[in-house]
Order: sequence, then structure tokens, then C-alpha cells
Amino acid sequence: MLSYTLKRLFSLIPVLLGLSLIVFFMIRAIPGNPAQIILGQLATKEAVEELTKQLGLDQPWYLQYFTYLGGLITGDLGESLRTKTEISQEIWPYLAATIELTFVAMLIAVFIGVNAGIISAWYQNSWFDYVAMVLALIGVSMPIFWLGLMEQWAFAIKLDWLPTSGREEVRNPIEAITNIYMIDTLLQGRIDQFWDVIRHLILPSFALATIPMAIIARITRSTMLEVMRSDFVRTARAKGLRMFWVVYKHSLKNAIIPVLTIIGLQMGLLLGGAILTETIFSWPGIGRYIYEAINYRDYPVIQSGILIIAFIFVMINLVVDLLYAAIDPRIKYN
Amino acid sequence: MELSTQKDLQPPIMPAEEKAVSPWVEAWRSFRKNKLALIGTIIVVFFIILAVFAPLIAPQGINEQMLSKRLQAPSSEHWFGTDDFGRDIFSRVVYGARISLWVGFLAVIGSIVVGCLLGVVAGYYGKWVDTIISRVFDIMLAFPSILLAIAIVAVLGPSLRNALIAIAVINIPNFGRLIRSRVLSVKQEEYIMAAKAIGMSNSRILFRHVLPNSMAPIIVQGTLAIATAIIECAALGFLGLGAEAPNPEWGKMLSDAKAFLIQAPWTMIFPGLAIMLTVLGFNLMGDGLRDALDPRMKN
Repeated sequence: MLSYTLKRLFSLIPVLLGLSLIVFFMIRAIPGNPAQIILGQLATKEAVEELTKQLGLDQPWYLQYFTYLGGLITGDLGESLRTKTEISQEIWPYLAATIELTFVAMLIAVFIGVNAGIISAWYQNSWFDYVAMVLALIGVSMPIFWLGLMEQWAFAIKLDWLPTSGREEVRNPIEAITNIYMIDTLLQGRIDQFWDVIRHLILPSFALATIPMAIIARITRSTMLEVMRSDFVRTARAKGLRMFWVVYKHSLKNAIIPVLTIIGLQMGLLLGGAILTETIFSWPGIGRYIYEAINYRDYPVIQSGILIIAFIFVMINLVVDLLYAAIDPRIKYN
Repeated sequence: MELSTQKDLQPPIMPAEEKAVSPWVEAWRSFRKNKLALIGTIIVVFFIILAVFAPLIAPQGINEQMLSKRLQAPSSEHWFGTDDFGRDIFSRVVYGARISLWVGFLAVIGSIVVGCLLGVVAGYYGKWVDTIISRVFDIMLAFPSILLAIAIVAVLGPSLRNALIAIAVINIPNFGRLIRSRVLSVKQEEYIMAAKAIGMSNSRILFRHVLPNSMAPIIVQGTLAIATAIIECAALGFLGLGAEAPNPEWGKMLSDAKAFLIQAPWTMIFPGLAIMLTVLGFNLMGDGLRDALDPRMKN
């Protein structure tokens, strides 16, 4: 296991270098003079020259890349052109907001998706199975930005049950400690604010959870159907074990590997989907940070934001890979 | 009655004159039996008809403004209501099908062509060529796809054309990997060895044997990729990185509708419904094709 972990970590090096290379070339791929494009046509010559220097565009590209890579390794993500602040200093609150949102969305997707899949398989061809699978089919095809707007309209505007957007009540601001507000409010013992955080989370996290939920439900159903037809399940039932235990203990354990793969793959969808969800719900996460940076042509922020999301995605896939071995000892890596 | 029961127990005897059917005919037979796949096909055909005959179907043009009729609710005159410029939303949704299907088909064809080329080269020639191409695919797949598309459009500048390019690029590794793995497995087959032995050139082997043998998974993957491409195009439009005004691109229409959510929810409902239905159609069709063409891929 240890040698496999090390090997997997080692194989990440070329991928991470490639990521940094692509992100590095992003700014250099802008047609024309990047500094001029960023500052606009009206910029003075001095300003353009200064920005060229600041971005290091006046040096040969391989020197620029090594400077950039050296910076990345020491945690230097560059400086935002808009706020003139070090990106590494201002990025955490955004990142924390996205982590909170995607974590809750994943929790919803896994909990509802896996259970809906299990019940569909258990009562195959029942009305529940039928409805759940039609919903899952629609869910897979759902544009989440549309779903988000519909949710806002239905639950925030028409019914007025939940807030339309944002992360906290403006009149009751939360004092940030970790910037993951569910934790912060609990640390401060502010149950009222914790409830506020949950209310703000419901709509965006459900919108974000829809597609992964639908995919997880379909995969769980089909793998469970396969497992439940196998001999050991028949044996367990013949022994007189209650169906609930047969399903949730014996079958699920054997059906979990494909489900886990899908969950890992879906993380990319979640992180990508976050940019859309965060835009609709004014969620101050990293997706919105990138989106705003695009409008201001704040390329260092775009670069670093994309790099960080891709990095997280790669790491999650590594963890999922390692989890297989932990869950299923039959898997031998060589 | 008894007789027929007797007959059922007999192993079926194939009439000698029955010819072996081609795998494509067999696939069509199984596809035809799949209800969901047929529904999907009907939806897709419906939207293709909308797109092709848009000028005949749409009562108004895409940019006919009647400011006196701003934000009107759906009625017999304006089936889907009007937007903030007093434009007929039904007409715009119908014309929008042109943009979405165009981007979907073109982007996917682009990624299939480039992906196939790279995949074939990687799989057939192997060695360092394969290593480099496969690594590039790995790296591209390390980005959440929509994020990579956003990055590409951020570099090239927002426009429908650049959105199309971005969508084509992000889908390349999926097809590349698919073809590469097909080539690797086909390469081991005896008939390829035989073709080599009789002195067939590499390119001839590739085009006569390897590619035709990889058609089925490409068609399946391609159909499903069109669904994703349509959503991605709408997502880019929604973020203001795709189609420019006054193009009736569905995602752009949704983004414009955001401001009128309270007054005029219909400006948001219909373009979104159109995206969802088209994507659903391609997804159902793709699933059906997968079951019909390659039962092994079924999960």
C-alpha cells in the first residue's frame, strides 16, 4: 500500500508540471500584446511597459516559467491586478466558501443518490424505481444554471422560504475564524447564525448536487442489481437475514467500488459547476472569484484560481484511488 | 396447444438460407425496441426540424423589437411571452435551436477528427509519441472540463466562435483516449498481422481496418458528447463568454432573464426547458445507441 501510494504520488509530478505549464502559457497565448490587452486601448505606454515588467513578459519564456514555478513552490501565486493584493493572501476566504458549498452538495448527492439507487434496486420495477429513474434521467440532462434560477424563483421569490443569494445575513454578519461558516458559527456558539448558514446553503447546494445525484443514483441502482443477484446474497437471505441488512451491509459493501469511482469523477463536475452556481447565487467562492477576474481581465487571478481548482481535482482523484485499496483488499496494485 | 408446447422445447433450427445479418442491422433492430432511445431520437429530430425550418416556424425574427409589448406573459399571440425588448420569446427559442445544434455538432465533429488523429498516432506508433500524447490528454483531463473551456475563452476573447473552439478542444482527450485504446486492441488482431504480412501500408491499415472497427464507440461517445457540448455552450453563454447579443443563444437568453426573475419568470423558463429537452434527447439516444452497438459497454 505504501509503495503504491508513493508511486501514485510520483506519477502526479508530470501532471502537476503540465498543469502549471498550461496555466503559465494562458496569459502568453493572448493574441497581441497581453499587457496592452489587459489595460485596454487607452492605456499609456508607460503603464503598458510597467505591467509587462510586472508580469515578467520582457524575459525569455523559459526564464519566466522557472520564476513562475519557483514562486508556486514557495506558495507565491502572484498579485491581483485589480486589488493589488497577493493572491495567496486573499484566496482563502473564497476557497473556503467553495469547499463548504461543494462539500455539502456532495453530501446531499451521495446520501440521496445512493439511497435512491438502493431502494430502486431493492424494489425493482416498482413505482418508486420508475419515478426515481425518470427523475435521474432528467437530472443528468439538467443545466444547473437553469435549475438554480428556477429554485430562486420558486423557493426564494414565490414561496419566500429561503434567501435568494449570498452566504450570510447582511445585517447579522459572521465573524470569520476558519472561513468555513458552519464551523465558525458553531465555534462561537451562535446557533442562530448556524441556522442562517444552513438556510443560505440549501438552494445552491441542491442545484449543484443535482447532476452528481442523478448519476450516482443510476450507477448505484445498476451495480446493486448485479450484486443482489449474486450467490452470497441468496445465501444471506436463505439464512433468514433481514432484507435490510442484506441490502445495506452485504450488498452495498460490494457495490460501492463503481459508486466510489463515479463520486471521484463527479468532483470535477462539482468544482466546474461551482463557477455557475456561485454566479447565480452570488456565493463568494472561488468560481465567482474567477468569474469576476475574467470581467476585469485580472489574468493572474484567473491563472491561480484555475490552477488551484485543477490541483484540488487531481488530489481528490488520488484520494479516491487510494480509497479503493482500503475498501477492497482484493484490489492489488503492481 | 400441446403441439406448440412441444415445439417450444425444441432448440430453434436456423433455416439454411437465412443470411448472417450485418452488425449494423442487428444494432438497428435492438435500438428500435428501446422505447427511451426512440423518445430521445424523436426529441432530437424535433429540434433538428425546428433548427432547419426556423424561418418558417418562428412567427417573428430574432430581433424584432416592440417596446410597447415588453415583458408580456405567454398568450395566444406570444406563446412563450415577450422579453425586455418586446421580442417574441418563442421565435427566439426556435432560432436558438440553430445555434445550439450547430455548436454541438460542429464542436463534436472537430474533437472527433482531432481526437482520432492523435489517438491513432499514439496507439499505432506507440513509444515516445504515445507517451507525449497520452500525457497531454492526462493533463487536459485533470481540469474540470468547463473550467478549461472558460480558460480558453478567457484567452481567446468571448464570442460564439471561440466558445465553439473551446468546447471542441476540451472534448479532444475523450475521443483520443477512446481511439487509442481501440487501436491498441485492434493492433493485436491476427488480420492486422496478416495485412502487414502482405505488405499493406500503415496508413491503409489504419483507414481500412482500424478506424472502421472503432466506429461504434465513436458514434456512441459522439452522441453523448453533443449533449454535453450543448450544455457547455449554454453555460459559456450564460457566463457572458459565448454568443453575443442579439444572438438568441439559449444560455445567453437565460443570463438576460436573470434580471427579470420577479416580473417575468417566463423569460427564464422556456430557454432553459429547450436546453434540457435537447440535452435529454441526445442523452437518451446516446444511451440507446450504446446498448445497441456495444452491449459490453452497458453498465
